[in-house]
Amino acid sequence: MSSLSLSLSRARPRPRTARAAAFGQVVLNEARLVRRQPVNMIGSIGLPVVLIVIFGELPSFHQSLPGYGGLILFDAYVPIIMVLGLTMLTLLGLPGPLVSYRELGILRRLSTTPVPPSWLLAAQVVVQLCIALTGLAIVNITSVVAFGAPVPKSVGGLALSCLLAIGGLFALGLLIAALAPTASSVNAIGRLALIPLMFFAGLWLPRALMPAVLQDISNYTPLGAAVQAIQDSVQTGFPPAAPLLVLAGYTLVFAFLARRFFRWE
Amino acid sequence: MATLESAAPLLESTAPLVEAPAPAGRRPAVEVAHLRKIYGSLVAVDDVSFTVAEGEIFGILGPNGAGKTTAIECAIGLRRPDAGTIRLLGLDPHADQDQVHEIVGVQLQSGVLPAKLRVGEILEEYRSFYRDPADMDDLLDVLGLSAKRGDYYRSLSGGQRQRLSVALALIGQPRLAFLDEMTTGLDPQARRDTWELIERIRDRGVTIVLVTHFMEEAERLCDRVALIDHGRVVALDTPARLAAQARGGKTVRFLPSGPFDDRLLTGLAEVSRIEHDGQHVVVTGTGELVNAVILALHAAGVTARDVRLDSSNLEDAFVKLTGKNLNKEGALA
Repeated sequence: MSSLSLSLSRARPRPRTARAAAFGQVVLNEARLVRRQPVNMIGSIGLPVVLIVIFGELPSFHQSLPGYGGLILFDAYVPIIMVLGLTMLTLLGLPGPLVSYRELGILRRLSTTPVPPSWLLAAQVVVQLCIALTGLAIVNITSVVAFGAPVPKSVGGLALSCLLAIGGLFALGLLIAALAPTASSVNAIGRLALIPLMFFAGLWLPRALMPAVLQDISNYTPLGAAVQAIQDSVQTGFPPAAPLLVLAGYTLVFAFLARRFFRWE
Repeated sequence: MATLESAAPLLESTAPLVEAPAPAGRRPAVEVAHLRKIYGSLVAVDDVSFTVAEGEIFGILGPNGAGKTTAIECAIGLRRPDAGTIRLLGLDPHADQDQVHEIVGVQLQSGVLPAKLRVGEILEEYRSFYRDPADMDDLLDVLGLSAKRGDYYRSLSGGQRQRLSVALALIGQPRLAFLDEMTTGLDPQARRDTWELIERIRDRGVTIVLVTHFMEEAERLCDRVALIDHGRVVALDTPARLAAQARGGKTVRFLPSGPFDDRLLTGLAEVSRIEHDGQHVVVTGTGELVNAVILALHAAGVTARDVRLDSSNLEDAFVKLTGKNLNKEGALA
């Protein structure tokens, strides 16, 4: 009855279900926003699917590369295109909304409510993760079903490789969100980072065709390691430790830096 | 009405610090004591103290850059003050922030929301954050947003956005609400609607702290006002009393039907000064000045014609206390 007992009753921790429901509401609205502004979904799902179809239809992509154990060019491109979609998503789709929320004062606004602004960040990660997994699955299944790419030798290895690639790239996306001052600078930074990252993934010259020096460098870049791990999972079996460790390392370093530099206002 | 000469900057070396205590018998909703916030070499807030009683509408008035928003941001826990203590309903905004966030609603200056979310979706999300939220239909109705429930945020007018922002500050059924420049950017009609809304919310028992640089708003809504300038409280009182002390009260100007002895009026308790302006007479004083003057003249057989009463307002008080002319049109941007 008295206001004292009122504030005491409000001091009790909220039931977990109520907090989960609130997080669900945040995720729901973030998902609505992504669906209503599908630019990033087009980049991260639409573009890879279009590329897979085009490359799949080109006869020249179905010849095996001489001297590479019978690797077919199309098959070499499947992991590259998977990684391309993931990269588009994490360089632009993930940091874009977060930076604009900071710019618009929405993170600040949220910090005056019982819900911390980190929930918005977590909700973005959840939504973008769903898009990432959907994109990877569509590209992979299309390549196998429609264009005769091999069924992955190690599904577990493929899943682990994809998750580590997502980890490293999402952490990079969050680092960009931490460093980019404005939403428009996210685009500039993302486009700038995209070119060298995708070069070492083999977008312009598949890794199998790279000179040894470039291939060595590629092994230590996030996308090079991701392509290597995915390709090995598909072609030969569970991937070696090296690319997986490289991806795990990038995940840790980028996540640490993102946490260190992230500003809420 | 402010007379023209009173609008000119009136520099006084020592502005008097008037302070009215919060109404007795009510618990304080906000206690701010010796608050200080420094940015580099700039002292944004300097030894600010005030107390707001439960159920009050308390105004924080001052020109742009006076430190109003910084003071409020410290009070709600968005910034850490360099010195001073703050209690909101007895709670520390940092140490007890979970409780504070449940019972204190905040509307920040120039808050923007995602363009492609609908009004109802935004409110539903914020509603889920609170233990005991307001009824959404009720709140939309009170704020005149019922018809906009399904509209995208980006399609709302400035006034509708502002009202939604107020709605978000109130959706948790707070016992205390901070509203920062809530009518800036609104047209006069929307502004008056918002004022009515604030009064209705206070009638529901919510304590309101209103930050504004808009005089009329403070005069119309606030029980008490703190005038802030250069990070300091230069005066704190009811709008009427601040206004009254700005020029020692009111002025009556009239045309007497015939000559009379000045002593007839200077002897009155209400009159402090008498001046002649051509044939017109200007009497300055307090209380029931007009009645006293007209009755005294009548007793002496003199009729006052062409009578005009000027009473000073909050703006005069501000000019007198700060030596600055508050931008009256600031809210029309």
